[in-house]
Amino acid sequence: MLLTFLVATALAVVRLRSLFAVVMLSGIYSLVTAGIFIALDAVDVAFTEAAVGAGIATMLMLGTLRLTGHRQVAPRHSPLLPLLVVTITGGVLLWGTRDMPRFGDPAAPVHHHVAPRYIEDSPTEVGVPNMVTSVLASYRGFDTLGETVVVFTAGVGVLALLGIGGRRRRDEGAEDTDDDGGTRPG
Amino acid sequence: MDWIGQYNYYVVFFLMMTGFYVVVARGNLVKKIVGLNIFQSSVFLLYISMGKVDEGTAPIIVAGEAIYSNPLPHVLILTAIVVGVATTALGLALAVRIKEAYGTIEEDEIHEQDDDW
Repeated sequence: MLLTFLVATALAVVRLRSLFAVVMLSGIYSLVTAGIFIALDAVDVAFTEAAVGAGIATMLMLGTLRLTGHRQVAPRHSPLLPLLVVTITGGVLLWGTRDMPRFGDPAAPVHHHVAPRYIEDSPTEVGVPNMVTSVLASYRGFDTLGETVVVFTAGVGVLALLGIGGRRRRDEGAEDTDDDGGTRPG
Repeated sequence: MDWIGQYNYYVVFFLMMTGFYVVVARGNLVKKIVGLNIFQSSVFLLYISMGKVDEGTAPIIVAGEAIYSNPLPHVLILTAIVVGVATTALGLALAVRIKEAYGTIEEDEIHEQDDDW
């Protein structure tokens, strides 16, 4: 049901030419994705997506629209070639699902490598009831460190591109560093 | 092949291709970034779908015996969402910079200006 809604939103994004509506729809899209994440038991991911995807990303895009204008000109090229490329890629991906395990299958290989250890031992080894937190901060702490480096680099890149001077430009940079600090505990 | 059992994956691939189409076929840079975001969150959905276990619950310890969904994809996607926003911010900053330099963010018009030089 939610997935159908998601598809409708995505199609509207393709059709619409008012960029303001497109950005708003992408916010809705993120929020629906967050709903699906909750249905799929990924509560931590859901609130990160709702805060970061639907909140900060939409704000950044609105800020950009303010600076770049919000009408898109009609596409001049024929859509046939992109459609062909996209259909072929999609077909290959569908072919790839042929030997994928059924959705929700407890015997799927993904559930039988390191995941059982995280589920069984992390409460005693780390002592945090939320397994996602203990994996994020302890077992895969280096990943998270790397992520911080990426976000920092992106923040530096934004500042370098837009220059430090100018009031509005500084706002754009500030939003970005805010997301750097704000999402760390998640 | 179980058709209904893989419905999630089919929707994910459709969304992925929609995002891909927007990136390839639309000339406006902000629209391209929105398309990239759609593509990206379809990948997130793919991972989270894989982590779901039948009858499972969120991977937070509860009293008694419980089946938990796989926490590992959740962690990876948590990281990916934050990195995704960072790259989106960088892309948007590039778009703003291009607007300053060229006065437009339509790809065709940018190419025309480049050809005139």
